[in-house]
Order: sequence, then C-alpha cells, then structure tokens
Amino acid sequence: MKGILGKKLGMIQYFTPAGEAVPVTVIEAGPCTVVQTKTREKDGYEAIQVGFGPKPERLTNKPLKGHFARAGVKPVRHLKEFRVEDARSYDLGQEIKADIFAPGQKVDVTGVTKGRGFGGGVKRHGFRRGPMGHGSKYHRRPGSLAAKGPARVFKGRRLPGHYGNERVTVQNLEVVKVDPERNILMVRGAVPGPRGGLLIIKEAVKTAVK
Amino acid sequence: MRGEAFLPCVIAGPGYPWYNLTWFCSLHISRVSAESEGFFKMSNLSGLFTGEEHLKKEISDFRPGDTVRVHVKVVEGNRERTQIFEGVVIRRRGGGLDETFTVRRVSYGVGVERIFPLRSPRIERIEVIRRGRVRRARLYYLRKLRGRAARIRERR
Repeated sequence: MKGILGKKLGMIQYFTPAGEAVPVTVIEAGPCTVVQTKTREKDGYEAIQVGFGPKPERLTNKPLKGHFARAGVKPVRHLKEFRVEDARSYDLGQEIKADIFAPGQKVDVTGVTKGRGFGGGVKRHGFRRGPMGHGSKYHRRPGSLAAKGPARVFKGRRLPGHYGNERVTVQNLEVVKVDPERNILMVRGAVPGPRGGLLIIKEAVKTAVK
Repeated sequence: MRGEAFLPCVIAGPGYPWYNLTWFCSLHISRVSAESEGFFKMSNLSGLFTGEEHLKKEISDFRPGDTVRVHVKVVEGNRERTQIFEGVVIRRRGGGLDETFTVRRVSYGVGVERIFPLRSPRIERIEVIRRGRVRRARLYYLRKLRGRAARIRERR
C-alpha cells in the first residue's frame, strides 16, 4: 500500500493537455521520511511509520527526540503508519516523495472535515426547511421523529448534533499532476478539511490497478 | 504577457480587487526541510502553474474595449479545426490560471457573448484588431446600445 502525507493548499482550475479545465485540489505531498519500520516478527504486522512537516527541536519532547534520533531524521510534526507488504524494503530515514503516484492513477484521500459545531437537521442531514415567510412559524425544525404506533423513537434517527471535525475518506480521486520537485500533487475533485489541513493520500483500495 | 498585473500580489493594497482575498495572499508553500526557515510565499496558487509546459503561451496584451479576434480550437467528431470569434472585449476577470475574458459581438442583429478562459490550451491565438478607449473595466453598458451608439473611440 503506497501512501504519503500532505497538506491541502487549496483548489484551482487546471487545464489538461487536451485543453479540458478540471477542478483540482493542490496538495503539498511529502517529502515524508521513514521513521520506523515494523515487522511481523517484532510487531506482529508489517508497516512503515512516516513523518511529515518540520518541527523545531525545542517543541519535541525527550521520548520523541530519541525516537527520531534512532532513525536519524529531523523532528517532524506528524507521524502516521502505512501498512506495507515488506517493511524491510524500506530504510530508516528514506524519503518518500510525491512521485510514488502517477497521473491517471486513483487515490483515496483522508482528512478531517471542517468543524461546524452544533448543526441543525437542515445543515447536518439536508432536511428540508419550512417556509420562511407567509406567516409560517415553522422554519428549520426537525419535524416529526417517528410514528405513533411504536410509541418510541427508533435508533439511528437523524437529529441535530455535532457536525464536522470528523475523519473522512474520499475514494477514487484521479491524480492529475505529480511534481516531485515542488512536492506537489494535484487530485481531481474536492478533499476534506480546511486549507493547510493534514491529508493522508493512499492508493485507491477499490480500483483495480492496471 | 501583461507586465506587472501578471504577478497579482506583488502589487497589493486597498483599491486592488484582490486586496481582500487574504487567503490567497497568505497561501504559502513551506519547505519541508527544517533548516530553511523561509517560506517562499506564493501569492496566488493558480499563478504557480501558469508556467507549466502545456499552458505556456504568449498572451497578447489587450484590455476591455479592444476589438479582438480569438482563434479557438474546436473538435468536430474526430477532426480539429480553428474557429474565429471576433468582437469587443467587455470584461477581463480572475487571475493566474483562472483568468477569463468576455468577447461580445453582434451577429445578424443578435448580441452574442462568449467567455473564454485566457489560459486554455484551446485558445490558439488572440489578435488585437483595434484598441479602444473606454473609461471603465466592465463594458456591460454596451448591451443596451445598438449601432452607432455602441461605437468605442480608438486609443492611441
């Protein structure tokens, strides 16, 4: 499973060589360093831990400093694991750049959505609202919760509550452009989270690889 | 190339339309290595990619009020040919890759306006036929005018 960490920079319109304008999200992807390798014998599964984003030495606590020193890498802000087939094929301190992906390939992008606080049914679940005028006093309320028969509210009833600030994965986004020199990855379509948010970009799980 | 307006945020301040696009101006690409503390500030994300191979293009300098001839590539079935659209530029908007312009012409008594993405690879060439002197950036008032009233003075 190929994967990389990145930062959402924003969305733009980009022209394909054919002249088609496509909406893309620009991601600063990597470079990530391999901080730790996990093996089946030692840890029970194969994975690599990668780091992304510089962090000043002074903000790094002692246990983490030791962890980074072991891999011989600079302190980083974000650490994430990626399951791999064979962790031994990676070296500690090895750099992972955006060129692990190629244009045309499909990826899954995970991020944390913008927090919207306590949202009503209209915003959170797309409920229809009542008329805002003509003497109506029924504006954005959730309406009836259930029928009279069961005399209770079924589980899973959609109600107002906390909305956003959750981990979301968007699957099968097409890679439009890869620029390992500038650490840039462009992906067709929108991606969760605010500009500057951390993203995890992985090979698509549900698309057959050619 | 359009000179300084081409690098939008080099010149910024109140009165420039992009002044309030604060997020545009604060967008930067941080270098990930910790030693280089400097960010190189990229004022405009889409401006970053205007130099890209297939998008690199000489763009003739034209303004609202100018009469232009736009050469557009159109795909018909599996054949590609160039179509020409000639008229007055009534608007230029956006910046970087996103910039578009609107060309208006009156064809058989019917006003036709077409919006072209300036950076589109489908636009082969923009010829400036006549430079016009106008006093505003958006020439929507031309829509109400016909014939002699819709003329634009030539700029020298």
